[in-house]
Amino acid sequence: MKLPSSTRRNFTAGLLGSTSFWIYGGHKVWADALQAESGQPYQPRYFTAEEWRFLNAACARIFPADAHGPDAAALGAPEFIDRQMNTPYGHGELWYMSGPFRSGAPNLGYQLSLPPRDLYRQAIEAANAYVRDQHKAHSFADLSAPDQTAVLKAFEQGKMMLGTVPAHTFFEQLRQNTLEGVFSDPLYGGNKGLAGWTLLGFPGARADFMDWVNQKGAPYPFGPVSISGETA
Amino acid sequence: MCAKKVDAVVIGAGWAGSILAKELTEAGLSVVMLERGDERATAVEGDYPSSIDELRGAIRHRLFQNLSQSTVTIRNTLDQEALPYRRLAAFLPGEGVGGAGLHWSGVHFRVAPDDLALRTNVVARYGKGFIPEGMNLQDYGVTYEELEPFFDKAEKVFGTSGEPYTINGKVVGKGNRFAPDRSDAFPLPAMGEVYSASLFRTAAASVGYHPYALPAANASAQYTNPYGVQMGPCNFCGYCSGYDCYMYSKASPNVNILPALRQDSKFTLITKAHVLKVNLDADKKKATGVTYLDLRTKKQVELDADLVIISAFQFHNVHLMLLSGIGQPYDPKQNTGTVGRNFVYQTITTSRAWLSPKQYTNLFVGAGGAGVAIDDFNSMNFDHGPLGFVGGSPVWVNQAGVKPIAAAVGGPGGKAPTWGEGYKDAMMDTYRHSLTIDAHGSNMAYRDVYLDLDPTYTNAYGQALLRMTFNWKDNDIRMNQYVVGKIEPVIKAMGATRYSLGMLKDGEVFDTRRYQTTHLGGGAIMGSDPKTSCVNKYLQSWDVSNVFVIGASAFPQGMGYNPTGMVAALAYWAAYHIRTTYLKNPGPMVQA
Ligand SMILES: Cc1cc2nc3c(=O)[nH]c(=O)nc-3n(C[C@H](O)[C@H](O)[C@H](O)COP(=O)(O)OP(=O)(O)OC[C@H]3O[C@@H](n4cnc5c(N)ncnc54)[C@H](O)[C@@H]3O)c2cc1C
Ligand code: SF4
Repeated sequence: MKLPSSTRRNFTAGLLGSTSFWIYGGHKVWADALQAESGQPYQPRYFTAEEWRFLNAACARIFPADAHGPDAAALGAPEFIDRQMNTPYGHGELWYMSGPFRSGAPNLGYQLSLPPRDLYRQAIEAANAYVRDQHKAHSFADLSAPDQTAVLKAFEQGKMMLGTVPAHTFFEQLRQNTLEGVFSDPLYGGNKGLAGWTLLGFPGARADFMDWVNQKGAPYPFGPVSISGETA
Repeated sequence: MCAKKVDAVVIGAGWAGSILAKELTEAGLSVVMLERGDERATAVEGDYPSSIDELRGAIRHRLFQNLSQSTVTIRNTLDQEALPYRRLAAFLPGEGVGGAGLHWSGVHFRVAPDDLALRTNVVARYGKGFIPEGMNLQDYGVTYEELEPFFDKAEKVFGTSGEPYTINGKVVGKGNRFAPDRSDAFPLPAMGEVYSASLFRTAAASVGYHPYALPAANASAQYTNPYGVQMGPCNFCGYCSGYDCYMYSKASPNVNILPALRQDSKFTLITKAHVLKVNLDADKKKATGVTYLDLRTKKQVELDADLVIISAFQFHNVHLMLLSGIGQPYDPKQNTGTVGRNFVYQTITTSRAWLSPKQYTNLFVGAGGAGVAIDDFNSMNFDHGPLGFVGGSPVWVNQAGVKPIAAAVGGPGGKAPTWGEGYKDAMMDTYRHSLTIDAHGSNMAYRDVYLDLDPTYTNAYGQALLRMTFNWKDNDIRMNQYVVGKIEPVIKAMGATRYSLGMLKDGEVFDTRRYQTTHLGGGAIMGSDPKTSCVNKYLQSWDVSNVFVIGASAFPQGMGYNPTGMVAALAYWAAYHIRTTYLKNPGPMVQA
């Protein structure tokens, strides 16, 4: 009989609620957040150096720098994804992961046996192999930005496989996690300086619009605030 | 838990279970409510500011069912192999005290009376031949007049905000002119209207439709309900859907019923108790109690009871009936049996209108149940004769508070890129200056759409998963397309700079990867004929008379309205008849 794993139990039993401190998947998010504020460049805990280069480059192509602001790598999306790999989510503990694993019509949803962390590992290695094969570069991160974009487009639209992972499945995982990193509370490592929220005009954890139910189309005047009280 | 025998056991601590548990303890019964998930209290799960966290909340599904333990399998057609629903997406069942009632949005409807006797009405107006081949169109077997006092009671318990149209036959307000007559006003006045909703109201009226304020179980003012529990006024924080309301403003079993129930010594709530099956006597005519798995000790426990209430949410209700052997499983080939028959959902599609760069829609402001709707194309409110389909959709602006991750991952809409160059510009325009309009419609029942046990996949406890065989059908696709067509003039009247209409495509298959609604229905439907229904008009099993099955599982077809108002009214209705009739003389309340 399979019962909730100890990580899952920690995840829920550890929600202390009254402060922003909680045990998340066996490690302390708050301690991580403090470390992030200490100004040291973030050292990935899950991804290898080669994978980390891939991730930084890919995040920056998915959410690029432009007149509106920095790219997703500068906003901490790779750090966010790295940290997520050590949560119940990264381990696939929020998904039904019992076999048999069979492929089926795409509309029936994800059917791979890989949790996110294994999916990244397999697909990044295969993506770099694809780049070596097609572009004569050592790895994805060594390509020019336009070439990186072209490779990601091929993954998004193509029918090719990256190891056992359909390329578009990997691309969608990457796109979703990158945007999660840009737009989640900075507590998780991304959205540095609340730049993601500022871009959209989302006020974060303010969560009280009693006076702003209907201001006849005027823009909301206050900038964002995070769960820990950071403002921008 | 030392008592081995209780008067009643209630399975599931959501809306239906909490209502039944409250009513049965009021009747003097000893009641044990078993909930597979964790204890949940707003002071903890709803604590500000840690609850205002989209990643942990709606994205990683903090309060929802953990699929790693149990899920369903899904296929579109009878000849397909069903595959597991491995990641939450299309629908989001609840888990833990309060069930989905803790993280619902709060749109709180009654019912369109015509929908209760849809078969009779369609046949009377258009003839039998109007019903498409393979559609199992049926009546509920209960009338609006019978249910009215229980709709009224549920609204008072939920603290519902709304604007009436008629009370006791007299026009009293500017509410929904298609809404059925009421015996009393809403307990609270209608919620305020966000900018998008007020634009929709003006534009809809200008093209001849009849806009009204959505009835919302979000408190427009401070309120104390009949159980003596208090709600605070909603501040439009936008964290209803997927969250526990930190303001105590959204109705939930946790806020509106359980504080009163927990004080009753005859009531016991056991969490982390996953019910494996209802136990039956040898001839399967009487339930003797339930067997549950204590998830803390990992031990199976047998609990005897005179009365068993299955209120575990629509499809869990059907699953438990199939696992327990209550009634005869439905067979779509032979067209025999009833358990799993008439499994239905709802159609929903979203259209978007972009306004001028000077108009900010502030999409993050909102409340889950608030908005402005029209019913001109719902139920039987329009002539279906020339259209050749059954059903309809309310249409609304229900700005419930759009969060940045959901918005960003969903993309800017229209033809704009979903990443890379041009994405930010389009996303900023959409998030700041657009609004959405939904067609939230009915879904009819079909002979080859049903629920049964999966032959391959099992849950963490070794039991067969429930299998859904579900697809969209031509009737419902054409209904959706027709109603969405009626949105276009409203968008034009709003002065939108551009728009995109969302509608089901011809032949579209059900896609499990995209959130639609958690408004699943049927599978254990009510009715007046035991050959085509599982439970009688009092939601009592035709086969096992001391089992009552409460939830949207009772709906013979998916209606245009959100289901919970109807679920709550049916729960109070069933409870009333258990209290006044069944308990005096236990046995079938309707002779088969
Ligand atoms: C995001 C979201 C928004 C929604 N918004 C609306 C809305 O605006 N309007 C509306 O009308 N409806 C809405 N709904 C639907 C609404 O939540 C449900 O209709 C309602 O909660 C159903 O009540 P219930 O008691 O039948 O089930 P639930 O509230 O889901 O309760 C069932 C309980 O049973 C427990 N359970 C299941 N199986 C077992 C078992 N074997 N043993 C023990 N316990 C078990 C579950 O854990 C759960 O706690 C929404 C749903 C979601 C997810
Ligand atoms: S919008 Fe209102 S009802 Fe909803 S969570 Fe916020 S305060 Fe509560």
